[in-house]
Amino acid sequence: MSTSLLLLIIVLIGFIAYFAGRARSLAQSGGKFADLHSLPGYHGSYVAIWAMLPAALVLATWLIASPLYIDSSVRSALPEAVKSQGAATVQLALGQVKSVAGGLVRLDASELAALENGSANLRETLAAKGVALAGEGEPYMIGAAQQFNAMRTYSRWLMSAVVLFVAVAGGVYAIRNISTRFRARNRVERVMLASLIVASSIAILTTIGIVASMLSEAGRFFSMVSPAEFFFGTVWDPRFAAAGSGGASGQFGLLPLLGGTLYIALVAMLFAVPIGLFAAIYMAEYASPRLRSTAKPLLEVLAGIPTIVYGFFALVTVGPFLRDISTQLNGLLTGNYQNFIQAQSVLTAGIVMGIMLIPFVSSLSDDIITQVPRALRDGSLGLGATRSETVKKVILPAALPGIVGALLLTASRAVGETMIVVLAAGVAARMQLTPFEPMTTVTVKIVHQLTGDLEFTSPQTLVAFALGITLFVITLCLNIYALYIVRKYREQYE
Amino acid sequence: MTDLASPTVRVSTRPAETRRDIGIKRRYAAERRFRAYGISAIVLGLFFLAVLVSTVVSKGYTAFLQTTITLPIEFSEKVIDPKNERATDAKQLMTANYPLLVRDALVKQLGLDATKRPLVKQATDMISASARTQLRNIVVADPSIIGKTVPVTLLAEANIDSAFKGQIDLSVAETNRKVKDRQVAWMNELADAGILKTSFNTGIFTFGASSRPEAAGVGVALIGSLYMMLIVLVLSLPIGVAASIYLEEFAPKNRLTDLIEVNINNLAAVPSIVYGLLGLAVFINFAGMPRSAALVGGFVLTLMTLPTIIIATRAALKAVPPSIRSAALGLGASKMQTIFHHVLPLAMPGILTGTIIGLAHALGETAPLLLIGMVAFVVDFPGSPLEPSTALPVQIYMWANEAERAFVERTSGAIIILLIFLVFMNLGAILLRRRFERRW
Amino acid sequence: MMSEAAVEKALDLKMNTVPYKMIGKDVSVYYGEKRALFDVNLNIRENTVTALIGPSGCGKSTFLRTLNRMNDTIENCRVTGKITLDEDDIYDPSIDVVELRARVGMVFQKPNPFPKSIYENVAYGPRIHGLARTKAEFDEVVETSLQKAGLFNEVKDRLQEPGTGLSGGQQQRLCIARAVAVSPEVILMDEPCSALDPIATAKVEELIHELRANFTIVIVTHSMQQAARVSQRTAMFHLGNLVEENDTDKMFTNPDDQRTQDYIMGRFG
Repeated sequence: MSTSLLLLIIVLIGFIAYFAGRARSLAQSGGKFADLHSLPGYHGSYVAIWAMLPAALVLATWLIASPLYIDSSVRSALPEAVKSQGAATVQLALGQVKSVAGGLVRLDASELAALENGSANLRETLAAKGVALAGEGEPYMIGAAQQFNAMRTYSRWLMSAVVLFVAVAGGVYAIRNISTRFRARNRVERVMLASLIVASSIAILTTIGIVASMLSEAGRFFSMVSPAEFFFGTVWDPRFAAAGSGGASGQFGLLPLLGGTLYIALVAMLFAVPIGLFAAIYMAEYASPRLRSTAKPLLEVLAGIPTIVYGFFALVTVGPFLRDISTQLNGLLTGNYQNFIQAQSVLTAGIVMGIMLIPFVSSLSDDIITQVPRALRDGSLGLGATRSETVKKVILPAALPGIVGALLLTASRAVGETMIVVLAAGVAARMQLTPFEPMTTVTVKIVHQLTGDLEFTSPQTLVAFALGITLFVITLCLNIYALYIVRKYREQYE
Repeated sequence: MTDLASPTVRVSTRPAETRRDIGIKRRYAAERRFRAYGISAIVLGLFFLAVLVSTVVSKGYTAFLQTTITLPIEFSEKVIDPKNERATDAKQLMTANYPLLVRDALVKQLGLDATKRPLVKQATDMISASARTQLRNIVVADPSIIGKTVPVTLLAEANIDSAFKGQIDLSVAETNRKVKDRQVAWMNELADAGILKTSFNTGIFTFGASSRPEAAGVGVALIGSLYMMLIVLVLSLPIGVAASIYLEEFAPKNRLTDLIEVNINNLAAVPSIVYGLLGLAVFINFAGMPRSAALVGGFVLTLMTLPTIIIATRAALKAVPPSIRSAALGLGASKMQTIFHHVLPLAMPGILTGTIIGLAHALGETAPLLLIGMVAFVVDFPGSPLEPSTALPVQIYMWANEAERAFVERTSGAIIILLIFLVFMNLGAILLRRRFERRW
Repeated sequence: MMSEAAVEKALDLKMNTVPYKMIGKDVSVYYGEKRALFDVNLNIRENTVTALIGPSGCGKSTFLRTLNRMNDTIENCRVTGKITLDEDDIYDPSIDVVELRARVGMVFQKPNPFPKSIYENVAYGPRIHGLARTKAEFDEVVETSLQKAGLFNEVKDRLQEPGTGLSGGQQQRLCIARAVAVSPEVILMDEPCSALDPIATAKVEELIHELRANFTIVIVTHSMQQAARVSQRTAMFHLGNLVEENDTDKMFTNPDDQRTQDYIMGRFG
């Protein structure tokens, strides 16, 4: 019985249980609703939960546990010769056994017999059925595969029987509990509450997942490359290490990537902060409601545009524009028509990222500025200050902590931004001061190391997780600090 | 107090010492400057928006037009199946020399000498190499067509397409451009005959990946994105709402819930690429799910969208006034009933608005999908979320990396499609908010 | 030799001879479509404390805010009629609002010190108007202003501490010192004691009394007792209309208008 069919049957049993529970509670009350502690629907739900939940749990456990059990028994049944060659070989053999097993079920009896007495070639027979084997099959694999198939079939049957039994038993147990004074609603609500708790724990699980997965993969990386070389290395060149030319020393240096990341983020912030902040000030302090209600959403459109679009914009418009203008400028100044800004450069990526960040700065700051109490504005205006004096000398100082928080949040976004830099910053990992040349970032390298064919054992792949955890820690610190400041700021004026 | 003694003065005169210089001129100049900075900041922001949108639209709108050449194709049995083997050998129809049919038709149409190979080559180069598949599909679908002559609309090759749309500068020396003078002459000849013309490009919506721009489309990517959006919606809405209800209505205020709170706010600000790493390590490497599958993409985007939905939902729940809760509780409803019967329905518009905005974000997200292998050259439509597929923004990324100019047009076209989806989602959110906005 | 009280009395009797500092003629205020003041004619005498009383929403704060054009900061607010300060029409386009507010200062209902040090709070006005240039000048203006506000002795050792750290009454006196530091001619006070406890209120009232020597003061108050204690002239507002304006003594003993009498007797309000 397939898993989905089994699930369908469980749901069906659940439905039946619901109506049975309802009917029973109605029968018990003799049609007098008021005698029931809980509405009939709750009795129905109670029975349905008992019928479905334990069965579903058993099903889930079985689905996870049985492959593990079958694998381990098949593994232990492999010939000693294979087992003695180490874990990797055993894993490979197990994989082959599984594909053989997948092929065997497609064979008819005569072909199977031919295989068993060795008169037919395993690989060719299976290939004819559309199952490709990675290597020549060994004779022992046929036996192992048959064992595997047998165990799987048996496990499926047993699982179906057990699950269905649990479902029916749960339903029957629950139905017997029903009486007029039975507090079905409380039981049902307890289950609902539990599911609410489970849902909210997913947020925690996500964080744990992020940290655990990255720590473990990064740990494997650090067993190959020392952390000191990674964190303090100034050369990023993973490919030479792959060729095995004299170890990996200094080839996985984080610093050029981190330098590029921070440099581009800095350019972006230099571009976005004045524009965003002035826009926010104008909108909060000067703009008429009409201007505000059109300009604000329009600016926020910039925040809703996917970053890949910005990347494309940088690639086809901003980059070439900067390159051409630098050619003209150089020509006018020195007579030498040679561009000094590359199409892919820190400047290109920074400016485009800056455009993307404008709405973040402006709407975050706008929120902060409008939270400054009106009394302070009036106090300053009442003394004869102009609006700009009020903004500069009273409102901005009062809003400063909140604005700093907002800017840190924006900075964290700039550091973690990927698509714009992938398309506009370039791939050259180097450390330099000129913003006119390409540099690369942590996120670009994560993408580069993880696209294409992956092998989860090489440092070239695993380094991405070390980069990832670096990025995560940086943004985490920025976010937590920023959120803390903003929260404190809000409380001050609440 | 001498002035008090004079009863005749009714209005005070301004005392001389109050005529002081408080720098009005200078201060108003500063005021005007400050105001100008603010206005120019807003104008600059809107200018960037305008440039961005107009760049994409001006580069992309032509992607929705495609130049086609309609030729009477003779499905000659001599070419397709010279030895009459199609009944016995299934491969025959698949491997037949279909381009020859196109060549013959074009040579006939233009009245060329079929023996002059370079000339004929130049002519056939005007038609997309995708014609082979197109004709094959026609024949395989209906083998009875063999022996008949049927007009078939074929795609023009990308450079001819560009030239016909006027995007290629024909004043450039012939050797430096991809479209030769002779081809231009033929093109105009065919256009005059009404054989070559541009029409609405349905292909961009239906084709899959292709290395030829004219035969490339976002069809597969759209299906992939659709699968992922469905998965995100089905998973993140219930989980997000459930989590918010617990945190907002039930959770005791203690260190743990404080931690969850900080945690959720933080997750909303974690770079998206980190979610890609999570998906790669957990779903693909640990749980053994298939790479490039929309299912994994959906899971990753769900985790990414959840914090947004939770934050929006909590805000919506918070906005429901306590009096509603008290009223229901006062009637003897349980807390669960109060929330599900009264609070949740009132908060629903806010929740849905947040969800749509979260979905819109997920739709445009690219980086995490790159890491779970959705940068795949997928030609065939995925039949299920488990099969390899790609997504609209990833398709844009892949095309953006292509060198050919025709791909720039396609990329912009795909961006327009993506932006239209986003506009509709956001409009939906705005309408929802307007329609159900409630002031307590 | 007259006692101080007798001098006061004599001054008050001569009230009708005191010149007008500000004259309001047919002042009406609209918030959008809604009219909040109806052709108010009210004159403010020099070096006098004028109290504006009346039930909530009667327009007394609105009138006060027209006197230094604080209504400009409210969207949709329109003022008609004429208000003069000395001989200048303050709503004339040639009159600058910044200059006007430097001459007509304002103290608000809730103490609103800036989130800066006590020193900077007081120095703020002189700084923006360029009234002091050197450190010594600033020190002097801060000290005298704080002294005038009766706050100097309480805060002289902690001038660099934030003004928000003071008690409510001290904060309000700081705000008065802040207004005084600009040396305005008129000080408007919008229910300055409504957020204060009785002891702090008494201190502020005493301060108002002393400030009268140098400034013309207009005070909006909820409390009739306070009006009686601090003012020489009282104006009674009701539903956006000026009901009666009179010497405070007369107002509280023998008002001309029946509505004033009712209000003072507590029949409405």
